[in-house]
Amino acid sequence: MEEKVKRTELLQVKNLKKYFKTPKGMLHAVDDVSFSLHEGETLGVVGESGCGKSTMGRAILRLHEPTSGEVIFKGENILKFDKKRMKKLREEMQIIFQDPYASLNPRMTVSETIIDPLIIQGKYKKSDKEGLQKKVREIMDLVGLSQKLINTYPHELDGGRRQRIGIGRALALNPKFIVCDEPVSALDVSIQAQVLNLMQDLQEELGLTYMFITHDLSVVRHISDNIAVMYLGQIVEKAPAKLLFKNPLHPYTHALLSAIPVPDPDYKMKRILLQGELTSPINPAPGCRFAKRCIHATPECSQQEYSLKEVEPGHFVACSRFNEIKN
Amino acid sequence: MISITTTIIDVVTDNRVYDTYVISQNLVMRLKGPSAEHIFGLDEFGRDIFLRMLWGTRYSLFLGAIGILASTIVGGTLGAIAGFYGNAIDNIVMRFMDILLAIPSILLAIAIVAALGPGLVNILIAIAISYIPTFARVVRAKVMSIKDQEFIEAARAVGASDARIIFKYIIPNSLAPIIVQATLGVAGAILSIAGLSFLGLGIQPPMPEWGAMLSNARTYIRDAWHITVIPGLGIMLTILSLNLVGDGLRDALDPRLKN
Repeated sequence: MEEKVKRTELLQVKNLKKYFKTPKGMLHAVDDVSFSLHEGETLGVVGESGCGKSTMGRAILRLHEPTSGEVIFKGENILKFDKKRMKKLREEMQIIFQDPYASLNPRMTVSETIIDPLIIQGKYKKSDKEGLQKKVREIMDLVGLSQKLINTYPHELDGGRRQRIGIGRALALNPKFIVCDEPVSALDVSIQAQVLNLMQDLQEELGLTYMFITHDLSVVRHISDNIAVMYLGQIVEKAPAKLLFKNPLHPYTHALLSAIPVPDPDYKMKRILLQGELTSPINPAPGCRFAKRCIHATPECSQQEYSLKEVEPGHFVACSRFNEIKN
Repeated sequence: MISITTTIIDVVTDNRVYDTYVISQNLVMRLKGPSAEHIFGLDEFGRDIFLRMLWGTRYSLFLGAIGILASTIVGGTLGAIAGFYGNAIDNIVMRFMDILLAIPSILLAIAIVAALGPGLVNILIAIAISYIPTFARVVRAKVMSIKDQEFIEAARAVGASDARIIFKYIIPNSLAPIIVQATLGVAGAILSIAGLSFLGLGIQPPMPEWGAMLSNARTYIRDAWHITVIPGLGIMLTILSLNLVGDGLRDALDPRLKN
């Protein structure tokens, strides 16, 4: 990605934590995460299942109430907002879900689904049938849905079209910031590309800011400006997309990248296989959380706390031994 | 329909039809089989079974339907609240339902009628209360399975209020089991009313009620088949048709099954 002009900071997350109470103890789903996002930028969030990516996205939108931390949107901490202001704010922050089958109300038609946010937010009156129709058609055009589908129910449509409805619903309110929670993982590859391209076009057209959560590294590479790698509720490495793929520093990122298939039959894969079980996120031990599975770990790794450090411009990593590991 | 028609006839004729044909006795004609004049025959007191069946709908069907409607609304609301909010509210509501459920429904109805005294309204209350827990359970289970789905979260993300989510998102999606349960419930309620009538706590004679007709006729089954078979068939066909209606209603309300 070529160097972009410094844009205004849209979202800043500071020390965000989300713990869940479980019978066995506190589950640290998101543990002390900080990052910031500029307008028009895409932050890709990658990590394996259960590492807290989706929870983080939802905590930022307050769909899950964060345990502590700050989410600063346009200069204000939204975690302090009351119900009324929060409702207003929802116009600007939206979410696109992973499963287009579960994320649409099976009893609402395409137009009802798109209309609902407009009515909830009081943008249109229910009686203003013409205005609503016009808006729905506009949005359907925007997300590339044929007008004739306006009165169909979700079960009559395929996954790609459903996901377009989901995107349309999120866009109905003209948001600034959209959390995309694995929006293409439930779709097959050809439709994935269509939806991704649509999302990129929309970003350019409407100046959207995305937080793009996925476990698919090729997708994240395609769409992101910056990438954050998450492991067990923490960001272990964050860098501009190109830099991360060219020069990964954290051993976990190494392992992740080594798992990307290369379209060359003669290419010998140097897979780094992670040994051992995923450490339990319930009451995690102090020290580096990856230490138990890290091939480079030393005893000290399980003793000190690590935080993200900037090691080259824009490239943050949470590992003390990245220099020694490099080769 | 029939029960409304009979009510209108009652009003128009100032109860003359009811008095002369439905409850007046004619012992000479007792136990006469079906004929052109009395198409379902006459019962043990010489009353026309056809007319008694018609007038009986008011008690059997109407009471059953209203009772179940009341318990669907009350039970459904309680179940939806319990399922939606979970935790403490869920516990309080559902444990109370468990207490009600622990008492056999017929026993509960008997206790209520015994406490309040027999009478139409009291039977209605008894039926409604004894069916509340079943509805609360069915609705709660359905609500719990729906409320964690992503489209509920999507509604929250656009700022929908709890009430809107319950009424626009959760209830339309949990209608199917409620409708099925309700039609089954009406059938059950008809049987319960019949049972109560049989025990002398329900509809008081000489008012015609299908269950009471059936149980009174029991004694004469060897001599006159028609006075047991006809109310019995009536109850059976009613329950069958209610179930079919419920089935059809569920399909009609589900956009997934529409073509």
